[in-house]
Amino acid sequence: MSMRRAAVVGAGMTKFVRRALETPKELSWHAAKLALESCGLTLADVDAVCIGSAPDAFDGVHMKGEYLADGSGAWGKPVMRSFVGGGTGVFLGPQGWYHVASGLFDVVLIVAEEKMSSYYPHAQAAFLTIFDHTTERPLEPNLLWIFALEMNRYMQTYGISKRDIAQVAVKNKRNAADHPAAMLGEANITVEDVLSSEVLAWPVQRLDVSPVSDGAVAIVMASEDAAKRITDKPVWVQGVGWNLDTAYWTNRDLAYPEYVERAARMAYEMAGVREPRKEIHIVEPYDPFDYKECHHLEGLLLADRGRAPELVADGVTLRTGTMPSCPSGGLLGVGNPITAAGLMKIAELFWQLRGEAGARQVPGTPERGLAQAWGGLMQVGTVTILGTERPA
Amino acid sequence: MAQHTASLPGTALREDDIQSGRALTVYHEVRAAYAWDAGLAIGRYLDALREGHLLGVRCVRCDRTVVPPRAFCEQCFGPMDAFVPVADVGTVNTFSLCYVTWDVKRIADPLLPAVIDLDGTSPRAGILHLLGGVKPDAVRVGMRVRAVWKPSRQRRGAITDIRYFKPLRGG
Repeated sequence: MSMRRAAVVGAGMTKFVRRALETPKELSWHAAKLALESCGLTLADVDAVCIGSAPDAFDGVHMKGEYLADGSGAWGKPVMRSFVGGGTGVFLGPQGWYHVASGLFDVVLIVAEEKMSSYYPHAQAAFLTIFDHTTERPLEPNLLWIFALEMNRYMQTYGISKRDIAQVAVKNKRNAADHPAAMLGEANITVEDVLSSEVLAWPVQRLDVSPVSDGAVAIVMASEDAAKRITDKPVWVQGVGWNLDTAYWTNRDLAYPEYVERAARMAYEMAGVREPRKEIHIVEPYDPFDYKECHHLEGLLLADRGRAPELVADGVTLRTGTMPSCPSGGLLGVGNPITAAGLMKIAELFWQLRGEAGARQVPGTPERGLAQAWGGLMQVGTVTILGTERPA
Repeated sequence: MAQHTASLPGTALREDDIQSGRALTVYHEVRAAYAWDAGLAIGRYLDALREGHLLGVRCVRCDRTVVPPRAFCEQCFGPMDAFVPVADVGTVNTFSLCYVTWDVKRIADPLLPAVIDLDGTSPRAGILHLLGGVKPDAVRVGMRVRAVWKPSRQRRGAITDIRYFKPLRGG
């Protein structure tokens, strides 16, 4: 591809909390400022800004990208907000990449912010308008339905038990105990805790689900020349992919996310990855629910269909395993301010691949990681592959 | 990296901070009212529901019959070729026992949302609806179900003209 190489050179984030005193702009500013400081840049060095934020309905602010722009460092600069549902945070990887790869910009500040607490009485109701207004909304659906229906189909198709899946929640909440931004890190949580938590929409129970959260994350992406000036440890964007299925969510195989596979194949091809299970050393799949991590590992071709729960049981996806999954603690442990949670996954790869993840650092010297997010009505797949090796 | 610093930015509030006035908020209710047009294909679907039957649509190029109907085939991007009646009998593809309402209130008797694959449609062409007339712990994937319709004079051309789907006798 006759495109310029791009690398991540800095990252920063706020705490993820249930309800933040700070406004969305203030959260954005904190994260953006930390990301710039982490690589010794100032706003004057930034050529363009990419913003990711989920539905305007959360904030009750129309044109949220425009509202967030100055807090995201976009004053007087080219700026673009993207939104592809819950997949937005990882879509910022592709979006930032093509801003740089196209040759238009050398240094791009990428900011993801979400404040879900403003919506009363509960952010869940802000999601109701995603359902088809004529054929579904008169049935008074809530957001849990789509997850519960998908989880049950996944379990039924492959004979997977709740206990198998609960291990993912345990792994991620334990991992998050080592994350300074985490809301729900719990070093001693057990499978029994998950299985005895309140039933929300069977098979979904309270501890199967990530929390409503406020927070912001930012990264800095740079062209090859700029990256080499900024840091001696650039983390290269090796592959990006994204794919959307239709909104007819009841018209697809709920046991397997084909759109995630299509996004993954696009990213693997660009990255030259032929054997993902050997060549992806760390993975941050989207885990708003524990079964989703399994679903996504399979869609990413990192596990056989219906077999992802075994990877946790066998220790493969533990932080000390051969393919750590959600070493950050994921959405289940760190928290789920929608787009910020997605970009947090890219930031985690950046820190892990530079050996800067502190107590969360995976052993060995991982060279390549994959972040993935998901969204919409079971229809969005977004993938970003980062690595220490400069792409060909 | 900021993670090495003692504290990241972000100030956590508790509900009590707001109730007590320690943290100030402004409350606002958005007023938004809409009248959504059903469109060409769903308009036919709603007409059929009012008449007491379910309507699918067929794409001859893709050899696919789907519900709900649509004006165009998203796969080959041609027009959908024919509306076809489909049975009001089908199979539970998946279901949930939901103990919370849309505004996160607990309910004692669960709602039973399900994806139902209707007889006469192609694989993976189910619809969302509710199950009823069945004990929650008796619901199974693969269960055969039939639509329970409102009486004709109460039907108004809406998905709720079907009250719910209940198990066929003998499952």
